[in-house]
Amino acid sequence: MKAQQLKIALRNCGFIDPEEIQDYIANEGYLALASSLSGSRQAVIETIKKSGLRGRGGGGFATGLKWEFAAKPEADRKFVVCNADEGDPGAFMDRAVLEGDPHSVLEAMAICGYAIGADEGYIYIRAEYPLAIKRLRIAIAQAEEAGLLGENILNSGFSFKIKLKYGAGAFVCGEETALIKSMEGHRGEPVSKPPFPATKGYRGKPTNVNNVETFANVPAIINRGADWFAAIGTEKSKGTKVFALAGKVKKVGLVEVPMGTTLRQLIYEIGGGILGDKQFQAVQTGGPSGGCLTVKHLDTPIDYESLIAAGSMMGSGGMIVMDEDDCMVAVAQFYLDFTMEESCGKCVPCREGNKALYNILHKITHGEGTMADIDRLKELAVVIKSTSLCGLGQTAPNPVLSTINNFYDDYVQHIVDKKCRAKRCRALLEYRVVEENCIGCGACKRACPADAITGELKQKHFIDQEKCIKCGACHQKCKFNAIAID
Amino acid sequence: MLVTINGKQYEAEAGQTILQVAKKHGLYIPSLCYHQKVGVAGKCRACVVEVEGMRGLQTSCSVVVRDGMNVSTRSEKALQAQKLVVDLLLSSGKHDCLSCAQNGKCELQDAAYYLGIERPTLVFSDLEPHGDESSEFIKVDHNKCISCGRCVAACQKTVTNDVLDFGYRGANTEIVFDDGKLMGKSTCVQCGECVQICPVGALTEKKVAGQARYWETEKVKSVCPYCGVGCTMEIHVDRKLNKIVRVNGDENSPVNEGMLCVKGRFGYDFVDHSDRLTSPMIRNDDGSFRKASWDEALDLVATKLNDIKVKHGTDKIMGLASAKVTNEENYTFQKFMRTVIGTNNIDHCARL
Repeated sequence: MKAQQLKIALRNCGFIDPEEIQDYIANEGYLALASSLSGSRQAVIETIKKSGLRGRGGGGFATGLKWEFAAKPEADRKFVVCNADEGDPGAFMDRAVLEGDPHSVLEAMAICGYAIGADEGYIYIRAEYPLAIKRLRIAIAQAEEAGLLGENILNSGFSFKIKLKYGAGAFVCGEETALIKSMEGHRGEPVSKPPFPATKGYRGKPTNVNNVETFANVPAIINRGADWFAAIGTEKSKGTKVFALAGKVKKVGLVEVPMGTTLRQLIYEIGGGILGDKQFQAVQTGGPSGGCLTVKHLDTPIDYESLIAAGSMMGSGGMIVMDEDDCMVAVAQFYLDFTMEESCGKCVPCREGNKALYNILHKITHGEGTMADIDRLKELAVVIKSTSLCGLGQTAPNPVLSTINNFYDDYVQHIVDKKCRAKRCRALLEYRVVEENCIGCGACKRACPADAITGELKQKHFIDQEKCIKCGACHQKCKFNAIAID
Repeated sequence: MLVTINGKQYEAEAGQTILQVAKKHGLYIPSLCYHQKVGVAGKCRACVVEVEGMRGLQTSCSVVVRDGMNVSTRSEKALQAQKLVVDLLLSSGKHDCLSCAQNGKCELQDAAYYLGIERPTLVFSDLEPHGDESSEFIKVDHNKCISCGRCVAACQKTVTNDVLDFGYRGANTEIVFDDGKLMGKSTCVQCGECVQICPVGALTEKKVAGQARYWETEKVKSVCPYCGVGCTMEIHVDRKLNKIVRVNGDENSPVNEGMLCVKGRFGYDFVDHSDRLTSPMIRNDDGSFRKASWDEALDLVATKLNDIKVKHGTDKIMGLASAKVTNEENYTFQKFMRTVIGTNNIDHCARL
């Protein structure tokens, strides 16, 4: 499975004992902090800028530039925040780093603190990650004891402390302004930018927020040089990216590949192809608000710009593969269900618009849709994207738009034919008796909870469509393939 | 500086937002969450406009103008977004205007009228009634609430009572009192600031229900008759019945900036109460009262005070002032007691 992987962020995961600081130190640990402290603040920022590192949390903003923005303002206090509020369903990249290599994040935060002039860092971590929290606590204590965190680090005069803040599992708190609000004890709601956290963040002070994976790259960049990192990846997207490969692939799990690797390489070469050698249908990148890409996108290189151009996005690295048995309308509805549930409710387009999108999709998957609904979906999606306050609302309609663009026929089939090709939308299924196979055993009749099946023993049976609730019990019970699903 | 809005140039000041400039010049942009008193919230997104050189739609409530800025509030893209946002709000609630106390003064209604929205187009199910009538003076209708956050900001920042906040999440978001109590059981003091700032009919005065409509009343400026603070109020009078229908705080008053207390806002029943004294009364020998003129009454009081002074001395007289009058009136009263009557026996009821 490691054939084409290149591990930078995950370099130590699984190779060192995360609860033993000596293991980390033996693998170039805290070397980058030591060398950073011996140089100027500006030199650190220049190295990160030159490396081309971009935010791995989804936005893809240039990390060096972000540090520079936070370094500029004069302030009595500044803060470094590590965003460990990983919330995409099925994604656990940050968790792997925090559980497997917590010191790499601590070291990077201290480097960042030195670069921007902050003496305090916070890791905003989901309370649902108890092992990661435990290991971070151990790591912080060990680093403090070793003099690598705390007062006067390595006699440089630079002091830096790291504390933990726990998130309660709200997806929107991964958005940096909402995260800061939550850290301050308010409702986890985003606020309009500007002002950006770099000028006015935690407790009104300049704050730099980076994702776990972004930080995990930093010590490696400092140690091996910006040029080494910039040589990996594509022109605009440097380095590697960790993906949580999931869904209908043979080999699921975390993979780290150089930017520019194609979807095909990732799914077929690293993932081993589609489960049961079925037909590939779609891959959803970028978490719940990414888009669903199709066969024609398989040779798209994975980088920030190409994915956006294809109608999806990098996101934090979720990658869910779907095969021919998946209904793309139902998939869109599934993701909308998630984003609707996770909307904080602050702005109208996200709060009410995504609910409206969900309701229309629900209509369609229940055979009550009209062709006008497709236009309505598109119009709503475009307005929600252009008017929502934060990244959640601005991207939530992506699954709808991308499935309409790439799987238009699926929508038409649900609306016009009232059929679901993948046989996933229960309301559109029709169970009927295949007369030539039915021996009249009565097993289906006894299993039916709605008394929808009639027929004498040893006679052909019949399903009353009016009464049928489409539960599938008859289909499961029949041993003679005499119940067909249309 | 000069700013172009919809092809016409307007004078603007540095630091003003697009919405503020537009409002100042009488241009309407639908906006539901912004209020001068509680500031920019950026929540409703109904005020989106297009600005030349800026990517995508911008919320006019939050974007500060620059010299030479070119704004379009009615471009196809802006209007489509404004319309859909308002449509979503109309669809997700139950904004029955017919018997709503806010009819004619509702900012959601204004936006729908401006955008030409006949009826909501995204209604998927009927809503169960969801209200709270536990408070003595204030009616809450959650189905009309658009979660604009003005009341929450007003309660927390303007009157600093910290009763109102948002509870729950996403489409289930609603305003809550304290930690989710009924309004009447909460620590709410019913100052009514939230009612006055609510752009829709979600928070209304109970007493106003069924009374003269907003446009039927005459708005009379006055000063609150209760304490000496001197809050300016706008009294809404139904001239057909010569009856007070509603009292609002005067938003432009430097004294109270629109705020009132529960008495000033809701305690106006005494004005036309049958028990109210409308002329001086003099007690008859049998203990009953008779009406008298001011001249007669004042003469009687003056005579009696003089009698006491002569017979028993000035310190047998005491003056009790009222908190309902102004500082100036209280000052005059103590001056009168000290110099005319000649006593220092002055006190004050110290409550309303």
